[in-house]
Amino acid sequence: MSARRRPLSNEVRAAAILLAPGLLVIGLFFLLPIGASLLLSLTDFDIYALGDLGNARFVGLRNFTRLARDPLLWISLRNTFYFVLVGGPLTIGVALGAALLLHSKLARWKGLFRTIFFAPYVTTLVAVAIVFRYLYHPRFGGLNRLLAFVGVPAIDWLGDPHWAMPAIILLAVWKNFGYAMILFIAGLQAIPESLYEAGRLDGAGYGQLFRKITLPMLAPTFLFLGIMTTIGYFQFFAEPYVMTGGGGPLNATLSTGLLMYKHGFRWWNMGYAAAIAVVLFLVILAATVLQFRIEKRRNA
Amino acid sequence: MKRPAATLLLHLALVVGALVALAPLAWMIAASLMPSGEANSFPPRFLPSHPTLLHYRELFTRLDLGRAFASSLLVASAITVVSLLLNSMAGYAFAKLRFPGRDRLFGGLLAAMIIPTPIAMLPLFLLLRSLGLVNTYAGVVLPAAATILGIFLIRQFARGIPDDLISAARLEGAGELTIYRRIVLPLLRPVLTALGIVTFLSTWNDFIWPLIVLTDERRYTLPVALASLVGEHAQDTELMMAGSVLTVLPVLLLFLGLQRQYIEGITLGGLKE
Repeated sequence: MSARRRPLSNEVRAAAILLAPGLLVIGLFFLLPIGASLLLSLTDFDIYALGDLGNARFVGLRNFTRLARDPLLWISLRNTFYFVLVGGPLTIGVALGAALLLHSKLARWKGLFRTIFFAPYVTTLVAVAIVFRYLYHPRFGGLNRLLAFVGVPAIDWLGDPHWAMPAIILLAVWKNFGYAMILFIAGLQAIPESLYEAGRLDGAGYGQLFRKITLPMLAPTFLFLGIMTTIGYFQFFAEPYVMTGGGGPLNATLSTGLLMYKHGFRWWNMGYAAAIAVVLFLVILAATVLQFRIEKRRNA
Repeated sequence: MKRPAATLLLHLALVVGALVALAPLAWMIAASLMPSGEANSFPPRFLPSHPTLLHYRELFTRLDLGRAFASSLLVASAITVVSLLLNSMAGYAFAKLRFPGRDRLFGGLLAAMIIPTPIAMLPLFLLLRSLGLVNTYAGVVLPAAATILGIFLIRQFARGIPDDLISAARLEGAGELTIYRRIVLPLLRPVLTALGIVTFLSTWNDFIWPLIVLTDERRYTLPVALASLVGEHAQDTELMMAGSVLTVLPVLLLFLGLQRQYIEGITLGGLKE
C-alpha cells in the first residue's frame, strides 16, 4: 500500500487541523501532568519550591519510604478499601434489585419509577452530602427520628468512628445506584426471551433461570460496572470533605484522595502528595487488572 | 402462580424504593421553606408551618450566591460548548479521515483513558499557575476542553456516516473543513445532544477541580460556595437547605426535561463493549 503519493494531502492536512486543538488540550492538561506526577513524586517540592523552583530537590524514593511508615496513609487506605469493597457491591446489588423489579412484566408505571430511582444520580454530590449531614444529625436528623419509631436508640452517625463510614456509604449507594440500574435494565432488555422459554421447557424454576441465564448474560454489564464503580469509589473525596470536617471522627473517614488533597493543596507538600497520587493510581490499576483477569478466567 | 400477591409485593417494593430515593430531596425542599429553627423542632415537622422564601433572599442578598450561580452557569456552559466542538473535530478525524499513524494514535489515547484524572491534578495546578490561570475561569474550563471519552464516543457515532456522502461532497469541490461543518456536524447532532447534556450536568456538579483552582470566593462555583458556607452556617439548617436546593434544582429540572437524551448519553458510555 503506497499511501505516500496518493492525493490525500488535503485529508491529512484537514486531520491535522481538526485534531490539533483536542490533542493539544489532552496532551498539555492530562498526559503531560500524569508524567510530571511521577517526577514530582521523586522530589521534595513544598511551599518553598512553590515560591522558587530552585528549592525543589530530587530525593529519589524517599517520599515513598516515608509514606510506608506514615500511619495516616495506611488508615486512609483502609478507609478507602472499606468504601470500595462495601459500597461498590452494595451499589451494584441495589441497582440489580431495582432493575429486576422494573424489568418484571408485572410492574406498572415503569417510566415513573425509573425516573424517581434515577433522580439522586443527577444531583450535586456536595449539596446532597450537606442534606445527609442534617439527616444524620443525632438529635434532629430525620434518620434517627425514623429509627426511634421502631425503637432504635439514637446513633451519632457522623460522630461515631464506627458509624461514620457506613453513613457515607449509605449516601453513596443512595446517590449512585440509579446509574448502574439503567445499565442493568439495558442489559436485561438485551437478553432474548427465547432463552427463558427454552429454559422453562427444560423445567427450570425461577431461581435456576436467574442463575443460569440472567446472571451470565449480564456478565459484561457486571464487568463494566465493577470497573467503573471501583475506579470512581477509590477516588472518594467530597463526602468526607463536606460531611465529617475533612476525614473525622478520629480519621475514620479520611480517604486516600482526601489525604492527597490535604498534603498537596492545604500544606503544599506537593512532592509527598504526588507520591500518594502514585500509590492511589497503582491501587486502582491493580484493581482494574484484577477484575479483567477474573472475568477472563471465568470465561476460560 | 399467585399473580396478585406477587404484583402487590413488587409494587410495595417499588413504592418503598421511591420513597427512599425521594425523601432526602423532598425534605431538602420542605426545610428550605421553613422559618428559622423549624427544621429542628420537636415534634418534627415535615411541611413548613408557613412557607417562606426568606432564606433564598438571604442567599442572594447577604451571601451573594447569585454570583456563584452565574459562575457555575458560565463554567458548565463553556466546558460543554468547547468540549463538544473539540471532541467532535477530533472524533470525526479519527473516524473518517485517513492519515498515517491514525490507529496507533487512537489506541494510545484509549489506553490513557483508564488513568483517573486526580493523578494529574498536582502538576496540572503547577502548570496552570505558571500560565497565570489559577483563580480564573479559564483554569477550570481549559483542562476539560477536550476529553478522551468524548472523542471516543463521537468517533463511534461518526463511523456510521456513509463514506459516499463525504466523497460526493469532495467531488463537488467542498473543502475538508466545510465538509466537517456542513455535513458531518449536523449528522452528529444526536450524539452531540446526548453528550452535551451529560457534560453540562457533570461539570455543574463538579467539586474538586474548581475547589483547587478558584481561590477567590467571588469566583466560586455553587458546590464550592456551598461547601464553604457549611463552615460558617452549619447551625442554620433552613439556610443550608435553600443553598442545596439552589444547586440541585437546576440540574434536576434539566434532567427531567431532557431525560431521554440524558439516559442515551450515559448509556453511550456504558454499552461500548
